[in-house]
Amino acid sequence: MAGKPKLYYFDGRGKMESIRWLLAAAGVEFEEKFLETREQYEKLLQSGSLLFQQVPLVEIDGMKMVQTRAILNYIAGKYNLYGKDLKERAWIDMYVEGTTDLMGMIMQLPLQSAEMREKNLALIIERAKTRYFPVYEKALKDHGHDYLVGNKFSWADIQLLEAILMVEECKPDILSAFPQLQAFKGRISNIPTIKKFLQPGSQRKPPADDKYIANRGKCCLTSVRFHFPQLLLKYL
Amino acid sequence: MSGKPRLHYVNARGRMEPIRWLLAAAGVEFEEAFLETKDDLKKLQTNGDLLFQQVPMVEIDGMKMVQTRAILSYIAGKYNLYGKDLKERALIDMYVEGLADLNELITSNFFQPADKKEEHLATVMDKATTRYFPVYEKVRGHGQDFLVGNKLSRADVQLLEIILLVEESKPDILAKFPLLQSFKAKTSNIPNIKKFLQPGSQRKLPIQEKDIPRLMQIFH
Repeated sequence: MAGKPKLYYFDGRGKMESIRWLLAAAGVEFEEKFLETREQYEKLLQSGSLLFQQVPLVEIDGMKMVQTRAILNYIAGKYNLYGKDLKERAWIDMYVEGTTDLMGMIMQLPLQSAEMREKNLALIIERAKTRYFPVYEKALKDHGHDYLVGNKFSWADIQLLEAILMVEECKPDILSAFPQLQAFKGRISNIPTIKKFLQPGSQRKPPADDKYIANRGKCCLTSVRFHFPQLLLKYL
Repeated sequence: MSGKPRLHYVNARGRMEPIRWLLAAAGVEFEEAFLETKDDLKKLQTNGDLLFQQVPMVEIDGMKMVQTRAILSYIAGKYNLYGKDLKERALIDMYVEGLADLNELITSNFFQPADKKEEHLATVMDKATTRYFPVYEKVRGHGQDFLVGNKLSRADVQLLEIILLVEESKPDILAKFPLLQSFKAKTSNIPNIKKFLQPGSQRKLPIQEKDIPRLMQIFH
């Protein structure tokens, strides 16, 4: 059945957030079905809709798509956000994999002990500053274009903005040594579809206030509910 | 400089193995530069050859590609192992990501503490037989030789790779999956793949316990 894509997930960022970003940036309206109880999740499992018994699940173009990366690839391809040829796609893939790794580190934090979290937070900041952000800074500086690949807006740009904002939640001044990224952030945030997504009331999900690290405020946490610890392990 | 792709990694399966499989299945000859010491890795890093300071790295078509998925997608696309359109690619991607998850589960067994290894392996085998293999058995039930689009794709190559990997831990793992048994037989006989499965090919052996400290030392 054609119509808006329908997203099945918890009411939180987790692995679905990058998909929300991509759809929003592409100007695609989507619906969401939040899994709030164990029963709802069991029902979805019984329905046979989950190919590998896991969410995210996105119903799109008659398919019940699972596996975050598969879903993202499809959306990027469908909405012309994946470059014009194989080589541009290769570069977009490399850039996206980098930001995915960085955001993946941040996503793990809620699952860790307070001590591990402290240690990993420091590692994330260090990696952002020395391994990841310099790559994108250099790419933008070298070609002087507005976008990362092929002088055209692509999935790589969307995911880089998402990553920048996520790291800034941990360390607001993280971009202080990265002037290109600061300008990039300004530019991409102003793209109408993205600007809309960044407004309050959009489908973008907030980070959680974690009672376990109360003093840190809103820092780098995905607002994954802790109702189903086993499910967290399953879907992660 | 054009020529054969050149793979930079340690002399082990690790994250490079699916790439070796795919190149081999596509009939593409490739060279390998093995990292033997930490200095070898450092050299690549200081040369600026590694976009995110990590291997795998594959020199191919004038690019120094990193990130396993990016490399696999490029090779699959270039050698027509990625379906004919977006929807076929979507299906291939779903199948391949499932197999990658199973692969991670299996390889993570090495990093479990000794007293947890057996239990972990049992969990992995359980997942293989209840979550993953039934999916591919069912697809094979549609009666075609290949998983997607009635044509060899990276999904088939990767499924064979994973089946063989799981069998190394549990030789009878396919006992309840007759269609996967015939898939295994058929796919193993595809000439490029058959060649890769022969001794002396660039396919790497399973990791030995004794190798782990040496390999860890290169990366940590």
